[in-house]
Amino acid sequence: MEAARLSQFEIVAREDFSDVTYLLEVRHPLMAKAARPGQFVIVMAHERGERIPLTIADFDRSRGTITLVVQAVGKTTREMQQSCKVGSTLHAMVGPMGIPSPISGAKKVVCVGGGLGVAPIFPQARGFKEAGTYVIGVLGFRTKSLVFWEDKFRACCNELILCTDDGSAGLKGLVTEGIKRAIAKHRDIDEVVAIGPPVMMKGCAEATRPHKIKTLVSLNPIMVDGTGMCGGCRVKIGSEVKFACVDGPDFDGHLVDFDDLMTRLRRYTQVERAAAERWSANCRMKDLADPAAPAVELLELPDPFDDVKGG
Amino acid sequence: MAKKKTIRTIPQERTPMREQEPRARAKNFEEVACGYDVGEALREAERCLLCPDQPCVSGCPVGIDIPGFIRKIGENNTRAAYDVIAETNLLAAVCGRVCPQETQCEEVCTVGESLEPVAIGRLERFVGDAAIREGWVNVPHIEANGFRVGIVGSGPAGMACAADMAKAGCEVTVFEAFHQPGGVLKYGIPDFRLPNGVVDAEIENLRRIGVRFECNTLVGRLFTIEQMVDELGFHAVFIGTGAGYPSMLGVPGDSLNGVLSANELLTRCNLMRARDAAFDTPIPLGKRVAVIGAGNTAMDAMRVCLRLGAEKVYCVYRRSRAECPARAEEVHHAEQEGIEFHWLTAPVAILDDGKGGVRGMRCIRMELGAPDDSGRRRPMPVAGSEFDFEADQVVYAIGTNANPIIGQTSRLKLDKRGYIATDESLATSMPGVFAGGDIVTGAATVIEAMGAGRRAARGMKAYLGLRDAARAAGGETLFGIDLGERNFVRLRAAA
Ligand SMILES: Cc1cc2nc3c(=O)[nH]c(=O)nc-3n(C[C@H](O)[C@H](O)[C@H](O)COP(=O)(O)OP(=O)(O)OC[C@H]3O[C@@H](n4cnc5c(N)ncnc54)[C@H](O)[C@@H]3O)c2cc1C
Ligand SMILES: Cc1cc2nc3c(=O)[nH]c(=O)nc-3n(C[C@H](O)[C@H](O)[C@H](O)COP(=O)(O)OP(=O)(O)OC[C@H]3O[C@@H](n4cnc5c(N)ncnc54)[C@H](O)[C@@H]3O)c2cc1C
Ligand code: SF4
Ligand code: SF4
Ligand code: FES
Repeated sequence: MEAARLSQFEIVAREDFSDVTYLLEVRHPLMAKAARPGQFVIVMAHERGERIPLTIADFDRSRGTITLVVQAVGKTTREMQQSCKVGSTLHAMVGPMGIPSPISGAKKVVCVGGGLGVAPIFPQARGFKEAGTYVIGVLGFRTKSLVFWEDKFRACCNELILCTDDGSAGLKGLVTEGIKRAIAKHRDIDEVVAIGPPVMMKGCAEATRPHKIKTLVSLNPIMVDGTGMCGGCRVKIGSEVKFACVDGPDFDGHLVDFDDLMTRLRRYTQVERAAAERWSANCRMKDLADPAAPAVELLELPDPFDDVKGG
Repeated sequence: MAKKKTIRTIPQERTPMREQEPRARAKNFEEVACGYDVGEALREAERCLLCPDQPCVSGCPVGIDIPGFIRKIGENNTRAAYDVIAETNLLAAVCGRVCPQETQCEEVCTVGESLEPVAIGRLERFVGDAAIREGWVNVPHIEANGFRVGIVGSGPAGMACAADMAKAGCEVTVFEAFHQPGGVLKYGIPDFRLPNGVVDAEIENLRRIGVRFECNTLVGRLFTIEQMVDELGFHAVFIGTGAGYPSMLGVPGDSLNGVLSANELLTRCNLMRARDAAFDTPIPLGKRVAVIGAGNTAMDAMRVCLRLGAEKVYCVYRRSRAECPARAEEVHHAEQEGIEFHWLTAPVAILDDGKGGVRGMRCIRMELGAPDDSGRRRPMPVAGSEFDFEADQVVYAIGTNANPIIGQTSRLKLDKRGYIATDESLATSMPGVFAGGDIVTGAATVIEAMGAGRRAARGMKAYLGLRDAARAAGGETLFGIDLGERNFVRLRAAA
């Protein structure tokens, strides 16, 4: 119990993979003990912040930490990119949430990660590997300079297919290309697990549907509490409505209504965009006032639906 | 010496409570009802006949000594009135505001037989507010007994159980999934009805009697109920995780943007403070909002939308006003503020604006048929009476189901609907684990949840073999030993 109290959600390590992707390692021994592949946390950066869900990309029981890999897409995630330094603390971090991904008895699986899904697919790939499964990794990046964790994946995949949009590393093309290649080579794939932006997961589900390969996807609707209380995260699975935070986040990709998910993700786009613009304007003002302050990178606001691989 | 009061000698009219003017208040989040001042409280206390048979006490789910505290108000001794209430209810300022008094204590008040009943809730609020303002808190002499109690959920059920167990000398830790404690009092009921400051003050009182709050702790996932008992050293556990899991209508258009549950709307507004530009959480701002349902949750959602700037807010309810389950005062306030009520109207579909948003609603008129299982007349659709109206936001407040997390992660026995199954003493199927409040009964009231927390505390004390002062006084004893107590050995072992 002391452990829970002692966790001040301290950031003990940080790594920047690119100008939009960064890793945070947060101390929370109790959570490191409880976390399973496929689960997520909800984080508040500061007292007035939003509650945002982030997948647990790794957990280290001996160090008592969990790892988050964040893509800066809007106000909160860009603000965290600036404020989350080693030694600083998050205001809140609750979890592990969601039903852990079943590390089934499959003999051969394909683990697909694209965009912000590369990190969260890692614990699953490792989980399968530890269970003795033959693991084929398929990772998608826009270009070579954005590639990260290749070595970590190589260590836990029997085969790794790297895809880049521009062909600067690995295969040229989307992750769906990688999946097709894996299916062509291996006739006995039991399962495909895909994490990434909705369009990508939709593409993966379509790629496996003709082959009737079981396909699990991890859905990322907008959430508030993460405890099944608000219904904001509801998704359509076949004819049913499910709450991703307590009934998921993993669902059968062949049943998910991805178009519905993508529409619902745009719920607050206008407000969010305005908030992000206000925020960067503010940062610029501060720079003018305080020349010593580090310059804020003024990134173009990426549309998460343009930025995706696959589909 | 006061002369004997009779129904004829007391002030005939109930003392009105000052309220913010409807048009002004519909635009702000300040409290609607302003509370009594001393003069008003004295006058209203004067209306209580101090009935020897105290019918009002049996109408209160926790059995507050109502004439007892009103007598003290009449003697202009608010502090003593507080002591009387504090014996049974630690949330006077909360219950005085949100109890459905008209169906509880005030319904059976003797004065109510010929006049308006004594305003018990308002008097209770007067005392509770005075206590907060003056910083009164009754910290009893607590002798630690070495038992550790874990409470899951910090709503009224959890708070009440925590208070009783702390007073009994246990080391109590309350685990809450959200980043702030308080449950529905914090995230659900809006500030204009129950300011968050009042809830925080009550929580501070719990801290003062030694209760520890651990927020950001999702029990079931961070650790399980079984682990609390087996590994984390809790001698007893209480589960008060509330209801949650809002129902969706299941009509076409359910998943459109612009359709959300009242829980989501209220959490964004109340807990996340989305209405304040300094906070980051977004909130949908509908211009024409339709709220489905007519319970307290629906009333709160409607009045929040109004305050967020909606031009029109409609209440769509398939039964008639007589069946409306909200507190009478809230319906009255909502009407005053300009909410448009459509009784005997049921939604058929939510209409798409072609861009994933809401354009309007299709409804059908209902009429009341024969009584159903709940004893209320069953609403039946009137064939061919469908009609459409414009709306850009639809809020569902049609009830909730059991929250699944504890069920998913423990071996606790659940009932058919997924709520936690308990016996009379609120003991669950696991030894030492108790449960109460909305997670056992389904959505109910604040005071019922508190009552459940206290009942579970009694069961827990018996389980731990602790003396229950209240019980020892009234219950059967042999040589001063309470016959209701079990487990004497455990008490000695732990002491
Ligand atoms: C279960 C779950 C796990 C997640 N795991 C990760 C993770 O490991 N790493 C990571 O970087 N992000 C993850 N996300 C997404 C992350 O929560 C959002 O990117 C974040 O909330 C954006 O907040 P913001 O204020 O920075 O951006 P906002 O201003 O809220 O949004 C900016 C843009 O991002 C889009 N967006 C908002 N929420 C999401 C979302 N949930 N998914 C996709 N696009 C969204 C918006 O439509 C908008 O266009 C996860 C989401 C869920 C539900
Ligand atoms: C909008 C609204 C208005 C209402 N108005 C009134 C009113 O005017 N009068 C009235 O009498 N009643 C009213 N009610 C009903 C009343 O609030 C509830 O009956 C009461 O709060 C139930 O108390 P509880 O302690 O059982 O649960 P809750 O108050 O729901 O508290 C449960 C707490 O447990 C936490 N939790 C859940 N799962 C976990 C977990 N796994 N681990 C840790 N923590 C967890 C939740 O986050 C929450 O904080 C209203 C309800 C709502 C929603
Ligand atoms: S707690 Fe509620 S029911 Fe009991 S006396 Fe107070 S207002 Fe009435
Ligand atoms: S029933 Fe009414 S009048 Fe009688 S004691 Fe109770 S509050 Fe007073
Ligand atoms: S996030 Fe609120 S129910 Fe899932």
